[in-house]
Amino acid sequence: MSDTSDNLRGTIAGSLASQSAKTVTVLSSLLAIEDEFGYIPPEAIEEVASFTKATINDVWGVASFYTNFRFTPPGDHVLEVCWGPTCHLLGARNIMKSILDSLGLAEEGDTDDKTMSLKYSTCLGACSQGPVIHVDGKVIGARAIGNTKGEDLVNKITEFVTNIRKGNS
Amino acid sequence: MSKFDDILEEANQHYLTLSEGDKPWIRVGSAVCGEAAGAKEVIDSLNTELSNNSLAANVSHVGCNGLCYAEPIVDITKPGKPRVFFKNVHPGQISELIQSYLINDTIPEDMVLAQSGGSPIDGVPLLDDLPMWRNQVRVAMRNCGDIDPTDIYQYIARGGYSGLNKALFSMEPEEVIKEVQDSKLRGRGGAAFSTATKWGFLVSSPGPVKYILCNSEEGDPGAYNDKGILESDPHTLIEGTILAGYATSASNGVVFIRHGHEGPIERTRIAIEQAYQLGLLGDNILGSSFSFHMEISLTGESYVSGEETALMESVEGKRAMPRFRPPFPAQSGVWGLPTNINNIKTLSYVPEIIAKGGEWFSSIGTERSKGTAILCLSGNITRPGLVEVPMGITLEDVISEMGGGVPEGRQLKYLQTGGPLGGILHGDQVGISLDFDEMSRAGAILGSGGIIVADDTSCAVDMTRLLVAFCQYESCGKCFPCRLGMTNLVEILERICTFQSNPEDMDIMRTIGQNMAAGSLCGHGQLGWNPVQSALKSFPEEFSAHMDDKYCPTGQCYGPIITPQRTRSRWGSAQPVELQISK
Repeated sequence: MSDTSDNLRGTIAGSLASQSAKTVTVLSSLLAIEDEFGYIPPEAIEEVASFTKATINDVWGVASFYTNFRFTPPGDHVLEVCWGPTCHLLGARNIMKSILDSLGLAEEGDTDDKTMSLKYSTCLGACSQGPVIHVDGKVIGARAIGNTKGEDLVNKITEFVTNIRKGNS
Repeated sequence: MSKFDDILEEANQHYLTLSEGDKPWIRVGSAVCGEAAGAKEVIDSLNTELSNNSLAANVSHVGCNGLCYAEPIVDITKPGKPRVFFKNVHPGQISELIQSYLINDTIPEDMVLAQSGGSPIDGVPLLDDLPMWRNQVRVAMRNCGDIDPTDIYQYIARGGYSGLNKALFSMEPEEVIKEVQDSKLRGRGGAAFSTATKWGFLVSSPGPVKYILCNSEEGDPGAYNDKGILESDPHTLIEGTILAGYATSASNGVVFIRHGHEGPIERTRIAIEQAYQLGLLGDNILGSSFSFHMEISLTGESYVSGEETALMESVEGKRAMPRFRPPFPAQSGVWGLPTNINNIKTLSYVPEIIAKGGEWFSSIGTERSKGTAILCLSGNITRPGLVEVPMGITLEDVISEMGGGVPEGRQLKYLQTGGPLGGILHGDQVGISLDFDEMSRAGAILGSGGIIVADDTSCAVDMTRLLVAFCQYESCGKCFPCRLGMTNLVEILERICTFQSNPEDMDIMRTIGQNMAAGSLCGHGQLGWNPVQSALKSFPEEFSAHMDDKYCPTGQCYGPIITPQRTRSRWGSAQPVELQISK
């Protein structure tokens, strides 16, 4: 983001004022910020506090509680991999390991070159299509990537993720 | 003619142009299961193909009919012909499908799934004969997969909002409660508490502002029926909520759903908007003296926010941590106002209960578990998907007959039902019936309806580790027996899976389990021992293999072991940064 702090605050204020929630709360405001920026800038904490007449402490309390919020800008692409029981039974563990290796990560986080951010997800809601991943806002099941399983599926999914990271989706 | 009669006439005309018009009606399954299987690309391909051939057709993006194993599903109803379903349609097959069936009337055999309605076509199985469809009694899911959820007229033409109209103009609120009481409906969120009794608590609370909260948080891995209903037929939930409001003199309804599930959120939002437009929501509904307003409230990622009192905290925009009870929600709920919380599935039954009568509903099911159950099958099963079956059917029938059993010649090893806290049920228990009390006696929970099927390649100890890791990850942290106990259990289970357990670990785990049960405010901590306890009961030999003999019978524990944990700092900079406080 190359916005100056004032520009940033302006964008933040705009997001807060135009949020879709009918009842405005600290949580709804934080979700609006996350939707706009993909993360919660520190300035947003102050703006949400004054917008909702809450304390900065309260806002931090809410932001740090829900695991969908992050506090640094995400990579160019955001990938979530499900580790729930169903996807686990359908081979998620090997897929997760393969993806972690290909991204050079030991656990969830951002790649060094910031092209991709990986997050563990407890359930993406598409269990019948497992194992499931979520890439840049889209839920993708195993069948859509390659109607196969086992080692072959692991390779196909890893390849899919690598392509996204390179920018050839 | 009443206001509703006008609307109904409009709706019927609209529906007739689709179902009996001179253009084919093409429906594509576009719920999250369809999308995850590639429905968007199929729709693009379809639109292109239709336009290239200058073909006119009505294309509806429908929800999920439950046959998720066959997604992406495209079904075509040509004028005067039955509705023909095609399975696992790949975008590259659209051209063949259109040329073959739409233009030339030849059904591509490798793509066809079933047919329904009209004069049957030879050689195509009837939908009602499909093993996964045969035993179903579709009440809450009556419209799922048939209608476009963003078109309120399709819902109304199929009987929608007639229950509401009947209640507002020919029933008193007490009579609405009486119907629900006669139906003997029990909550489908997991606690199975009598719905009529629960509504009764809210009736006597003083108004004028009272809330009905519709719980669609659905954080249970393996459960997707709440989101499925919202994506496929949100109006049944909306109508059910308005009826609940009428029965209890509530004024506001809130649909509570997790941020990020775009499909259900967007479709519910559109449905609420359309209901307002037709005067089915808002002040003086359908010209009656009853007013009711609805909105959507989004929560962040938090499993515990599905617990009733934590849900109320989240609606208020706070950390989703449970509250002490008393005071109970009906006395003091959101913002201190009288509140009633129901699961989506529970409320989705209500329109039919009012339209057809409580006695009709209680004629389905068993003595103490009336009506139907909406189950989500997933895991090592041939036909994953959603089914709505009468209570009383055996798990065996659901899994083998309807779900097609465990694929690839493997054996059923265990079931994971009711969410992670429901624990593990040994495969040889599969003869029990779907009944709240019978399942409870067998040590299983029906919960939110998720049934995860595991075959004999799965390690029960490894699954236990995963389930407890989930519970630890999702612990809100309020009560230390849960917060610390779960972390402790995960640490021990990880050591068991990597063959580094100590002899005293079993006793330590039991003590932790007892402490959690005794010292936790909500079900999350109270039931946190259940996964381990049930696994120990069903597979004691597997635990002793790992702990005493230091080997894993299935070999799963020799693979990668990844255990996401909540206590690790996420994203590196979860610590507050230096703030320049400018005000």
